Amino acid sequence: MAAQEAPAGTGRLAALGAWIDARFPMTKMWNEHAAQYYAPKNFNFWYFFGFLALFVLALQIVTGIFLTMSYKPSATEAFGSVEYIMRDVEWGWLLRYLHSTGASAFFVVVYLHMFRALLYGSHRKPRELLWIFGVLIYLALMAEAFFGYLLPWGNMSYWGAQVIVSLFGSFPVIGEGLVEWIRGDYFISDITLNRFFALHVVALPLVLIFLVVAHLLALHEVGSNNPDGIEIKKTKGADGHPVDGIPFHPYYTVKDLFGLGVFLVLFAAVVFFAPEMGGLFLEAPNFEPANPLLTPAHIAPVWYFTPFYAMLRAVPAFAGTQVWGVLVMFAAILVLFFVPWLDRSPVRSIRYRGPIYKVTLMVFAANFIMLGYCGLMPPAEPYKTLSVIGTIYYFIFFLAMPWFTRIEKTRPEPVRVTK
Amino acid sequence: MSVGSRFAAVLALSLSFAAAANAATAGWPLQQAGTDVSNLASLQRGARNFVNYCLGCHSAKYMRYSQLAEDLALTEDELRASLMFTGTRVYDTMDSAMSAEQGRLWFGNAPPDLSLIARSRGPDYLYTFLRTFYEDPSRPTGVNNAVLPGTAMPHVLAPLQGLQQPRFETTRGSDGKETQHLVGLEPGSAPGDLPAAAFDSFVRDTVAFLEYVSEPSKARRQALGVWVILFLLMFTTFAWFLYKEYWKDVK
Repeated sequence: MAAQEAPAGTGRLAALGAWIDARFPMTKMWNEHAAQYYAPKNFNFWYFFGFLALFVLALQIVTGIFLTMSYKPSATEAFGSVEYIMRDVEWGWLLRYLHSTGASAFFVVVYLHMFRALLYGSHRKPRELLWIFGVLIYLALMAEAFFGYLLPWGNMSYWGAQVIVSLFGSFPVIGEGLVEWIRGDYFISDITLNRFFALHVVALPLVLIFLVVAHLLALHEVGSNNPDGIEIKKTKGADGHPVDGIPFHPYYTVKDLFGLGVFLVLFAAVVFFAPEMGGLFLEAPNFEPANPLLTPAHIAPVWYFTPFYAMLRAVPAFAGTQVWGVLVMFAAILVLFFVPWLDRSPVRSIRYRGPIYKVTLMVFAANFIMLGYCGLMPPAEPYKTLSVIGTIYYFIFFLAMPWFTRIEKTRPEPVRVTK
Repeated sequence: MSVGSRFAAVLALSLSFAAAANAATAGWPLQQAGTDVSNLASLQRGARNFVNYCLGCHSAKYMRYSQLAEDLALTEDELRASLMFTGTRVYDTMDSAMSAEQGRLWFGNAPPDLSLIARSRGPDYLYTFLRTFYEDPSRPTGVNNAVLPGTAMPHVLAPLQGLQQPRFETTRGSDGKETQHLVGLEPGSAPGDLPAAAFDSFVRDTVAFLEYVSEPSKARRQALGVWVILFLLMFTTFAWFLYKEYWKDVK
């Protein structure tokens, strides 16, 4: 194994490295988090998405900085400034499409990353906190995407924000005041746009970066899980390192580089040939400026919110209030925090679980996609009924988890990782 | 289930999402516009049509003449001679001579800015809309439209197309009420200056121009995209070999 002492070599560069190391733990950090961070050698396809999420975060921050240089957060100028970016700013169209496609790509990789955890039990002890940081990242990401979606000040931006913000109005007593407090006005206005801009470009990126650092520190503290769901630290070699572990750098850095290449090919295909993605990533009504007097024919949130939107609409008004749907929607996210304790299986990975978990998890994934589809559609049959069924299944999957994971017969886990 | 087939299923589902989101609204069936924004001749003809027939009332306030000249391969003299009114400068945007207030007074509705109309409505919508005006004496403009019933827009292209006549069908609902449905359009008695096929391509060029105006970088974006993806495929291939080389010693 190549020596991973950074800086390598001799002479002035090494002297500079030593000078820094005496004052800042540069080499120590590099070793702890890359060159001597031992990751299981059996990572598969599903293990690309954590790195890809980090890449997309960086992409969003960099493109976001450049967009901010030309964007004007004002109700009279926002829409025009986006068109100015698209037409008059050098490479502005590319920056904008990278950012708008990046938002959707972020959710694609994060959803796949979360599904990976459910596949291989990556949320199980001792990784509960790692999972919780992850769910918090997901929450912050949803807030970030929601605030960002208002900024182009198109008609769908406006009405989407109008619908989502007014949800808070359904809370008894405090509802009206809460909605006014969020908007800062009696309707979505210039004031709302300004505060959403502040939250989108300063507050939430800071929260996201903080949470991502916490997520990575927690990961490197406990070590990575793997498709077999066993602890590689239990079998150590004479050198004190896990026998089934390999240093993250260079092994996984080169492997992720390849994964990044594949991702970028698909990403570029969307950016250059289908930036609207048939109306899913950029919706047609959003090419008309915000108009408080003209409601789009069909208001739907962007695709990554639609599973929750379907759940919101699936719950009927009851006792004279709509608040139940809102509560169900929030509960759908809240329940994720408890997954590490809801799962009682003696094994982690789906590979050693029985058919019940395999089937319920696959149905869960299909159900989530179905809910997303229902949320895009107008509230008519059969989508109404499907949304109700989907919502019930979503909660049954989590609430019945302590029971069906415990009774299920599992196969014995191997001692060493398998191919 | 293998990872590959699972991934394929997810991809297929997300594509069906896109198809559903794209589905046209019910009503008059839209015809395929068949536009091509990389066809310069078509865009140049469309620009001429736009300036002569649309710009009187509609603006394209995000489109600059200078950008137009560059993208449509026109010299400044050609631009001035065929597309610009006197008094406008090359770096100006394509503003209409008619103000929004005048539009409101004269038509009841300010004619919308057309900078992004091809993106908010789609080329097929525009193509079908411009071809489906028909005579309707009950309207203040004397015409109605199959795609946008009750439109405030007069049939600006009537001298070219002629005035189409509607064919209605009467149906009786379950409540015994009779309603009339527009089922077809027929050429009127006085033909327009252009034969039907020539009129269609006139509209197609105009819509292609509107499509260009809604996203001037579109042709450039697609042309560049091919090279970016070729580069990335090469990069990915090298990354694959690098990965395989490093992983040789992982047993």
